Amino acid sequence: MLTIRPSTDTSTRRDRLSRLIAPDGERLHDPDLDPWVADVFEEQLLALYEDMVVSRRIDTEATALQRQGQLVLWPPLIGQEAAQVGSARALRKDDFVFSSYRENAVAYVRGVSMTDMIRVWRGSQFSGWNPYDVGMATPTVIIGAQTLHAVGYAMGITRDGDDAAAVAYFGDGATSEGDTNEAMVFAAAYDAPVVFFCQNNQYAISEPVGLQAQRPIADRSPGFGIPSLRVDGNDVLAVLAATRMALDHARTGDGPMFIEAVTYRMGPHTTSDDPTRYRDKAEEQRWRELDPLERTRRLLMAEGALTDERQASVSARADAVAKELRDGCLALRPHEPLSIFDEVYADTPPSLRRERDEYAAYLASFDDADGANREAAR
Amino acid sequence: MTELTLAKAITTGLADALEADDRVVLLGEDIGKLGGVFRVTDGLQERFGIDRVVDTPLAEAGIIGTAVGLAYRGFRPVCELQFDGFVFPGFDQVVTQVAKMRYRTQGAVKMPITIRVPFGGGIGSVEHHSESPEAYFAHTPGLRVVACSSPQDAYSMIRQAVESDDPVVFFEPKRRYWSKGEVVTDVSAVPSLDRARVVVPGTDVTLVTYGPLVQTAVDAALAAEDDGVSIEVIDLRSLAPLDEDAIVDSVQKTGRIVIAHEAARFGGIGAEIAAMVTERCFDRLTAPPLRVTGHDIPYPPSELEDHYLPDLDRMLDGVDRVMGVRV
Ligand SMILES: Cc1ncc(C[n+]2csc(CCOP(=O)(O)OP(=O)(O)O)c2C)c(N)n1
Ligand SMILES: [Mg+2]
Repeated sequence: MLTIRPSTDTSTRRDRLSRLIAPDGERLHDPDLDPWVADVFEEQLLALYEDMVVSRRIDTEATALQRQGQLVLWPPLIGQEAAQVGSARALRKDDFVFSSYRENAVAYVRGVSMTDMIRVWRGSQFSGWNPYDVGMATPTVIIGAQTLHAVGYAMGITRDGDDAAAVAYFGDGATSEGDTNEAMVFAAAYDAPVVFFCQNNQYAISEPVGLQAQRPIADRSPGFGIPSLRVDGNDVLAVLAATRMALDHARTGDGPMFIEAVTYRMGPHTTSDDPTRYRDKAEEQRWRELDPLERTRRLLMAEGALTDERQASVSARADAVAKELRDGCLALRPHEPLSIFDEVYADTPPSLRRERDEYAAYLASFDDADGANREAAR
Repeated sequence: MTELTLAKAITTGLADALEADDRVVLLGEDIGKLGGVFRVTDGLQERFGIDRVVDTPLAEAGIIGTAVGLAYRGFRPVCELQFDGFVFPGFDQVVTQVAKMRYRTQGAVKMPITIRVPFGGGIGSVEHHSESPEAYFAHTPGLRVVACSSPQDAYSMIRQAVESDDPVVFFEPKRRYWSKGEVVTDVSAVPSLDRARVVVPGTDVTLVTYGPLVQTAVDAALAAEDDGVSIEVIDLRSLAPLDEDAIVDSVQKTGRIVIAHEAARFGGIGAEIAAMVTERCFDRLTAPPLRVTGHDIPYPPSELEDHYLPDLDRMLDGVDRVMGVRV
């Protein structure tokens, strides 16, 4: 399952999915992963479960807001809660995340407020939060670009003699982009303390993963000199263990590591997408049976940890977060028009100041008497 | 003659091109089963097969770079780049390989590649989905850069682009994809790909634009008529090379020119036209050429995009200025 040295042939082991929770909720054992979650007992597992329930609730609420015309777009993460929550809960505060647009559960775990999370999707700002406040960069829409940023950040960590790590989140589709492959070359060249966390959700919009990779995605990084793990991305415990292992690898000077979290995008690519054009109900149903929340719930139930009372408090928390999201979204007011000229440069150059002033005068012409006359004359 | 949306006119043009020449192949992300995110290639894979309408891995350099190889081998690739903001991973292949291949090989190797790019704003989307990168391409000798604005042109121009032995970067005004118009599929009588077109004849001001703003300019001409100002609207169609004579002819008549585009002003198509007109029509000009464009800022978040995009009022404001109306 784990190639510590790329020369070790472990391809058959990478074909196998590492797992700690079976789809039916049975707690499985894996000698490589178990030690990394030895401190996870009922209470910790309940917390992970709660994070996942909240994440799904965020997703449903945002999707509803988009349908109601309050958001311009939303990229659902439903189905990927375990991959996102499990990995993000492995991180330290001083680690730094570079993600794509879909990692809203990661953002939630990093402490991004609901209002800040929604700004981008309301079309109100390009960056909903200050990256330094939460240790997570602004979501990157250009596929694969952020993987290089994570490597560069990790190179900086090494130079500073720090033991933090950078994490690059990206999709299966992103593994085809040049940037992602260059990121692996650089990471390996400099032993950068970076974790490549690929959520293989089986699709890049309509394209099945088989178009991007003829072998398991986890097979690719060893060729670059980066050991990899292939983990059941719908198993929150296995994802947590794998990410902790990879982070430890990075922190202790062993360089980059690659995790393929095998999961499924249960929803559309975004609220603009129509998956019925490219995949069938039977496939969706097969994956529904592997639902990351359900299997955790089953395990917790089997262990008697998820009492009715606890389930109620989890739901209450999810509702509260959803309310924060909705209220935060609806309270957002458009920015002042001339703000579009801000922060283009450290100091606005005279030419741009002039452009802004001209536009301000133009806008004002609609208000004053002259403007009104002009409009009337028209 | 059939009524088609601009998007469907391109679909029809692509289908007819695939039908006419079996060396035509379509390459792009999600263009097969999904029919493209704008459904422009809808139904084409079903009709022509997966070898001719090819879903590619998610890599723009890959799409353009393999198109170069296919062109070397005698194919006519038509590449779709999903959105204007996603052209850049493929940009290197376009400017260093596609554009220069004929020149590099003294004409031995041609690059009949069409690169389709939905472009422009006004659709209320997220970052990188509303951009106008045409000037980057127009600055590169060897590329033909065109923008269609009507269903008829969409059909005719995509046919001509695919048939062209030069590489063509084909900009599609995405916010006009759903506008309808009559389309004839006989392209023998239509203007060639490098010609501009007078959309509305006029005598006082020449208003030059392309792509999504052509409709806005036509509306502006109509509105100005009420003020007694006669605007001649020119749809450039070809941004590079430029149909200089069409613009000069018009300015010789009007003596005034306004150029409008969504792209930022600095180093844009408007700057090139203003300079050219100044050089060629200096004596005839009764007002300095004027540009009505996007501001010199990144395309803003969608809630404020209306403050970025030139609209009817900003065009008329520009017209007022060259007419000497104090505002
Ligand atoms: C450079 C670039 N090309 C194309 C796109 C359009 N696009 C947006 S998401 C996407 C699919 C991404 O798939 P994947 O990497 O698997 O991530 P997922 O959406 O499944 O999370 C594509 C093609 C883009 N955003 N950037
Ligand atoms: Mg994917």
